Amino acid sequence: MRNLFALLRKHYFFFMFIILEVLSFSLIINHNNYPNTVFFNSTNQITGSTYRLFSNISEYLSLRKANLELAEENAILRNQIKYAFVVTDTNSFLYKDTLFRFISAMVVNNSIHKRNNYFMLNKGKKHGVKPEMGVISPRGTAGIIISVSKNYSTAMSLLHNKVQVSAKIKKNNQSAIVIWNGRNYREGILEDIPTHINLYQGDSIITSGNSFFFPEGILIGIVKKHERQFEENLNKATITFATDFNSIKHVYIAKNLMVGQQREQINSLQND
Amino acid sequence: MTNPVWKNIVFFVFLVLIQVLIFNNIQLSGYINPYIYVVFILVLPFETPNWLLLLSSFLLGLCIDFFTHTIGIHAAACTFMAFCRPGVISYLSSSKNIEPGMKPSIRDLGFSWFLSYSIILIFLHHLLLFYLEVFRFNEILLTLTRVIISTFVTLILVIIINYFFFKTK
Repeated sequence: MRNLFALLRKHYFFFMFIILEVLSFSLIINHNNYPNTVFFNSTNQITGSTYRLFSNISEYLSLRKANLELAEENAILRNQIKYAFVVTDTNSFLYKDTLFRFISAMVVNNSIHKRNNYFMLNKGKKHGVKPEMGVISPRGTAGIIISVSKNYSTAMSLLHNKVQVSAKIKKNNQSAIVIWNGRNYREGILEDIPTHINLYQGDSIITSGNSFFFPEGILIGIVKKHERQFEENLNKATITFATDFNSIKHVYIAKNLMVGQQREQINSLQND
Repeated sequence: MTNPVWKNIVFFVFLVLIQVLIFNNIQLSGYINPYIYVVFILVLPFETPNWLLLLSSFLLGLCIDFFTHTIGIHAAACTFMAFCRPGVISYLSSSKNIEPGMKPSIRDLGFSWFLSYSIILIFLHHLLLFYLEVFRFNEILLTLTRVIISTFVTLILVIIINYFFFKTK
């Protein structure tokens, strides 16, 4: 026993190094399966208020641009109000059931240059935000909430290797998947395009509505380059993201009101 | 403020803040992420006990992790860097005598010594950090490019900080 202690004391530097590395790696691994975000919730409050202090300053500098973007969005929304349509036959005017509610939020911290990028929003549990809600910017899809504290929430942006957005090609409703390859924050990859589909530069890629996160028809990006390879079953294309992640500031959190029922359905299917 | 322990704690907080508030937002072509905070591990005095070296580096990494949502990655890289530090010092200092009271800085040990000392340690830190961040092997060359470019940018900033805080006599 005494020899053991002597050995430990002699090489304590090495053993301590091993212990600390094991600790870090267990943190990395625990963190990588992402519902396990206990750490976030405890630290969100501190880091969130530090970031907000400095974000307030930079907000002032980009107010003009933010105003412009919001005004543009207002115009689009105005076009969708009931009085913007000519109602010829009131009986056939169809209202869809509300499926999504939107909570407006501000980005207080953002990254784009990592392999896995996150941004933090100034809305939290108090405002009804929950994990696994989608985040959209005025221009298009932005990310998915992964953890929530009382006043803040953290979302992984589309610039993350765990995010796959279920998408479809607007012109022909063919479904595909959007991922990010870690190179350029402006460009994503559209995967699993059937070989018989031909895409052209400028074709719109929108959300499919198959996932719980995003409503159907939100713009993800537009096609930049499509290379067809005939020997493979499914093709890839490069798209330009609709959202400029570098200047993202005002966003909306999409709250799916039916998520519980949808989950239940899927679980009952899996149990059978 | 004359106590070196307090001085280093203030330096620690200062580096964490400028890293997360300024340098994490610096945008240089998407490949470059300067991680200036490692200068803390580089310039700790030679007399720092090894356990304190490891522990403070681990805590430094963890603090950065909390702000960047990369729990554990910076901590692992910093601990590794701190572990390599004594070895690198004894490898480089065989020709030079380290007297008590000296710090690993350009002022005390000369430019070329400090350059090779920091280039090795920063490279090791960035190597582990970037590969842990990617966590897969199919982007191995792209990641290596990012490691090398970022190492040089961090190195330049470390040298500037060194001239800034350790003024020549």
